[in-house]
Amino acid sequence: MRILVTVKHVPDLQSNRSFTDGTVTRTAEDGSMNELDEHAVEAALQLVEEAGEGEVYALTLGGPDAVSAVRKALQLGAHHAIHVSDEAVAGSDVFGTAMVIGAAVRKVHAEAPLDMVITGMAALDGLTSMFPTALAAELDWSQLTLASAVSVADGEATIERHLPDAHETVTAPLPAVVSVTDEANKPRYPNFKLIMAARKAEVPVWTLADLGIDPALVGGGAARATVVDASERPPRENRRQVTDKGEGGRELAEFLIEKGLA
Amino acid sequence: MSTDTVAVLIEHRDGAVTPPSLEALTLARSLGTPIALWLGDAPAADAVARLGEYGASEVRVVGIGDDARLPAKAAAAIAAATEDAPVLVVISTFVTKEIATRLAVLNGAGVVVDAAGASRVDGRIETFQTVFAATWNVRTRIDAERAIVGVRPNTTQASPAENPGDATVTQVEVALPQTRERLVSVEPVEQGEGVPLAEAPVVVSGGRGTNGDYTLIEEFAAVLGGAVGASRDATDEGWISHEHMVGQTGTTVTPALYVACGISGAVHHRGGMQASGTIVAINMDPDAPIFEISDFGVVGSLFDVIPQAIETIKAHRGE
Repeated sequence: MRILVTVKHVPDLQSNRSFTDGTVTRTAEDGSMNELDEHAVEAALQLVEEAGEGEVYALTLGGPDAVSAVRKALQLGAHHAIHVSDEAVAGSDVFGTAMVIGAAVRKVHAEAPLDMVITGMAALDGLTSMFPTALAAELDWSQLTLASAVSVADGEATIERHLPDAHETVTAPLPAVVSVTDEANKPRYPNFKLIMAARKAEVPVWTLADLGIDPALVGGGAARATVVDASERPPRENRRQVTDKGEGGRELAEFLIEKGLA
Repeated sequence: MSTDTVAVLIEHRDGAVTPPSLEALTLARSLGTPIALWLGDAPAADAVARLGEYGASEVRVVGIGDDARLPAKAAAAIAAATEDAPVLVVISTFVTKEIATRLAVLNGAGVVVDAAGASRVDGRIETFQTVFAATWNVRTRIDAERAIVGVRPNTTQASPAENPGDATVTQVEVALPQTRERLVSVEPVEQGEGVPLAEAPVVVSGGRGTNGDYTLIEEFAAVLGGAVGASRDATDEGWISHEHMVGQTGTTVTPALYVACGISGAVHHRGGMQASGTIVAINMDPDAPIFEISDFGVVGSLFDVIPQAIETIKAHRGE
């Protein structure tokens, strides 16, 4: 079982996240591996452990700081790390991103076939959940997304997914792109020995040239949509807070009635 | 290709057009001439009349059933049925986001999902959305010739067209591609009474402070005409099913009124509700982060506050 996990370096959820020139501001100090990607790493490790053999590759795309995301995956038990980094990729939309990561996946797949790519169901910065689908389309592999459970048997992967209107079971032949939710598993804690090893691990950096991609096809210039304005939302005005001394419910009701909400 | 045809993917339940679909049609009218796209069995006359009332001149019916649940099939069907429409509006859900992505790969469209609105600026579609747990406002211009906009429920006020017409119904035959994915089973989730969480105009959520008792939360939701939500803590405890979870990995909601009861307001929860219109919080802990983003906060026990609020509202209504 050979699985590649895509992990993303995102601004820390607790930090003051912001935009610069229409793209997310990324800094090393407050960034971390996208939390949902821990579930992707865990799902990959479990599938390899169940199979009794195999390897997990952790791959990230981003500037120099993004390497911390694959180092985190190594701490959790991933066997190999790859960092795709090229200034020309900055500002790419989901399709450009899928083209670059798709090329990197093909490069690994050409060395020895992969069974699966596993991703988190969303990145907690953009939250669009579009990347796994775009990658499956780019690779022309099976698409099994929003999985709360994944299993593999006889060259096919089967997932369960919980949608608001129905619980689905979907199956498809390998290789597949699978995205997992936080219901899929409970990520393990980083292992001390692996933490030390991850710190020293040599992480190869692949550029667009290594992937044979024309820089004109990716980046902000090739994006199909452009952020034309980004501004911080003003805090809520006229906030009111009362302490319940026996009248809290009445005060709340009056607020709702006054606002026409009750 | 008529340059101003705007196709709207209609969501329907048990044959009825859902409220977000009417919002999407209303938004589409401001972008061009809407046509309605209906996947499934042909709609009944009253559904067609409703779509006409909200401005659809035509209802295109593509007769695919459960196949529509596979994004690759749904996207192929939509691409074939809306070739003449440069703009497509869908209601942002996990499923339509996947369909939109597949479709954009097929037809080169630019996509913005989770939009809170859209307008036409110099011939291009511009969208408006909030990001980073609603702490930032972003405007995005779609530069591609084709545009797909995923719009969030409750972000456009639905209103009937000024000059409604009779919508004509056209049955469209499309050849669906083979897909690798195969649906093994589809088990419908019991839809309790009332509106689904994602599209409810009012959401009353309970968290750790309920200690697992949702009676008052349900009662308050019923009085306010809303749906019941929950925090991650509450679903993890098994107090309420996962479908009720509001948060970044559960359902994102943008109701006119959000009431958080016994919820501290961890960042994951805030990310799923912070864009709501008015936010009300009831919590014992005066330092709970939920108060930082609420318009009205009550420091107190939900078991004291909710019954009194219900009583006051009922008295006001003369009930």
